[in-house]
Amino acid sequence: MLDDNRLSKVLYIDLTKKSYWVRDRIDLFSKYIGGTGVGIKLLQEECPKETDPLGKDNPIIFAVGPLTGLFPLASKTVAMFKSPHTGNLGESHSGGRSAIAIKMAGYGAIVIKGKSDIPVYLAIHGDHVYFRDASALWGMKSCFTVGRIIRENEPGAGLRTIMRIGKAGENLVSYASVTTETFRHFGRLGLGAVFGSKKLKGIIISGKRSIKVQDKKTYKELYSEIYKAAVDSPLMKKYHDLGTPENILKLNEMGGLPTRNLQKGHFEFAENISGENFAEHYLGRRLACFHCPVGCIHLAALREPYEDEPYFYKTSMISYDYEPIFALATMLGISEPEGFLKLMDSVEKYCIDAMSTGVVLAWATEAQEKGIITEKETNGLNLKWGDYKTYIQALSFIVEQPNTFYKALSKGVEHASSIYGGKEFAMAFGGNEMPGYHTGPGAHLGFLTGARHSHLDSAGYSIDEKILPKTSLSAEELGRRLLEEERWRQILSSLVICFFARGIYSPQITTNALKIAGFSFSEEDLKETGKVIHAEKYRFKEQEGFSLKNIRIPQRIFQTPSAVGNIEKAYIERALNYINSEISSAI
Amino acid sequence: MRISVYDPQRCIGCGSCMFACARRAGDGGLSNTAIAVRSSGGISKGFSVIVCRACTDPPCSKVCPTNALIPRKGGGVILNPTKCIGCENCREACPIGAVFWNEEINKPVICVQCGYCVEFCPHGVLKMEDSGVAAHVG
Repeated sequence: MLDDNRLSKVLYIDLTKKSYWVRDRIDLFSKYIGGTGVGIKLLQEECPKETDPLGKDNPIIFAVGPLTGLFPLASKTVAMFKSPHTGNLGESHSGGRSAIAIKMAGYGAIVIKGKSDIPVYLAIHGDHVYFRDASALWGMKSCFTVGRIIRENEPGAGLRTIMRIGKAGENLVSYASVTTETFRHFGRLGLGAVFGSKKLKGIIISGKRSIKVQDKKTYKELYSEIYKAAVDSPLMKKYHDLGTPENILKLNEMGGLPTRNLQKGHFEFAENISGENFAEHYLGRRLACFHCPVGCIHLAALREPYEDEPYFYKTSMISYDYEPIFALATMLGISEPEGFLKLMDSVEKYCIDAMSTGVVLAWATEAQEKGIITEKETNGLNLKWGDYKTYIQALSFIVEQPNTFYKALSKGVEHASSIYGGKEFAMAFGGNEMPGYHTGPGAHLGFLTGARHSHLDSAGYSIDEKILPKTSLSAEELGRRLLEEERWRQILSSLVICFFARGIYSPQITTNALKIAGFSFSEEDLKETGKVIHAEKYRFKEQEGFSLKNIRIPQRIFQTPSAVGNIEKAYIERALNYINSEISSAI
Repeated sequence: MRISVYDPQRCIGCGSCMFACARRAGDGGLSNTAIAVRSSGGISKGFSVIVCRACTDPPCSKVCPTNALIPRKGGGVILNPTKCIGCENCREACPIGAVFWNEEINKPVICVQCGYCVEFCPHGVLKMEDSGVAAHVG
């Protein structure tokens, strides 16, 4: 590790006592690298068995890696906590400016413990931590306003991250998110509710340091090589041009685009909400995370007239990506781009996970359609596919929770369906609502077995799309490939490299970059470390009661044909058994 | 030659220019960068790019009490760090905020108009241009 890069410094903050201290954790960073690897070890230390996710003892951990601030695209921050949504491992990644800000403030990780008696936001400027009274920010309708106020109150423009929660987090919606830089998120698994439970409204972090490198010549050459690969590669061009919504038409054509609560894998109005249509008619600005030249963030400019006065308009900038379009448009049968954008804008103001929100509303719509719930439960709403105005109202009820039904919805579909029924179409895996891929068995196995129950854990959709149409794989072989991918991704997310750059950071390039950062890992060492980190995560999951043996599989995935045809239950079960036994032996 | 902020509307805020500037000397991080990118009041409004515009009559040089900032042929200044006492007069005198500060050594970071940042701008925000042409300050 480089002598002065301060990677191994961990900032500990106690919200109860309003105190902070720094410890050198070279023991963790030298072995587990950073990001997810160091994050899981800190979580094991700080979060004892059966900790209440919304109690004062649940820690919030942020971790970055050795390449952050040194090489491009090492620009993610990993958050670790116990999830109030699943009651198990909570891990969420965000870009924006967060990773560079944490590293430039002089830390490799931040651990936040305890619970404040009054609403506060934290201002971390280099070596100093300030506890600011956030009483006046609590209860604000829009998360955008909260961001603006903190931005104007604090120094460090251009060198800072501003994380904040909205009303969803304050009201402990179990899938409330934390927003950074207005449009990026620690979206999944409810970090926003953990903030809310601690009366923590936001965190601003800023700093400006140098990272002294020994081999300066090789550093500059390797940097240029990685940078050039990032700006020239076709993969990166895809993310830059249309962005992730390029996938809408592609998945729709294959029949893998979950539609109306996965009653189908094809949306007849996909053109309307495609990346192509948004780019042509709405795209207003493209943005990048800090220290990433790709710029995959796409903002739509939505111009709306006021009804009470002629020639009076407002123009809102609204971020769009593949997953929110799946969750808030195709999953809800919304065909109007403006309808999707308005619902998305509400999601952003409340700071709630777009993916879980869409899947929850989709379940509620089908439940009402089937008569499992009525207007008595929905507070007078008639949820109908495509009716975005009613969905915006329903979303406000999820956040405000005016009755027991919306209280149940605010805890996700696993919970709501355990009370009201409709489990067979409650589209959650390991308690987490599904991502937008009905591509085949790989995707669903990934959601089931991935440590975060995310499509990004093992990218099973990629095997469904690229391999399964040509070659059939045995259940065991599919399981083996998923596990291998998830283990390698532990290394990328310990280095906090954006998964979009996984093709650029090959094991060889990664090893060389790590050498510059003062780490001597061989490719074999890295693979072994990935396996160890993955096992540590599963150790935590099992400690908190998770088992692949009794995981619920929503029946619908077997009923709706996927992009590669019907998914066989027996095949999924065989693959699950294989993955389960492999993980058990690794633990 | 000098650096021109040719079109800040094309800026995506990636900060590659800032890291490039700091990396000239072979180190990572941002202490030693002489260019800044910051949002124009929230990132939905885009970015401002701030860099020395190589004044022909530089105000920073006029207020230096130790003659550490010498006007450079073709505009801008050259810093003699051994003379600099870190008083920050130059920083306050620059109306566009282009005298940056290295807190680690308490000295200004002065753009030398080398153009290394331009090589790492992925979207043509920055360009090199002949001195004497009116610069477009973003």
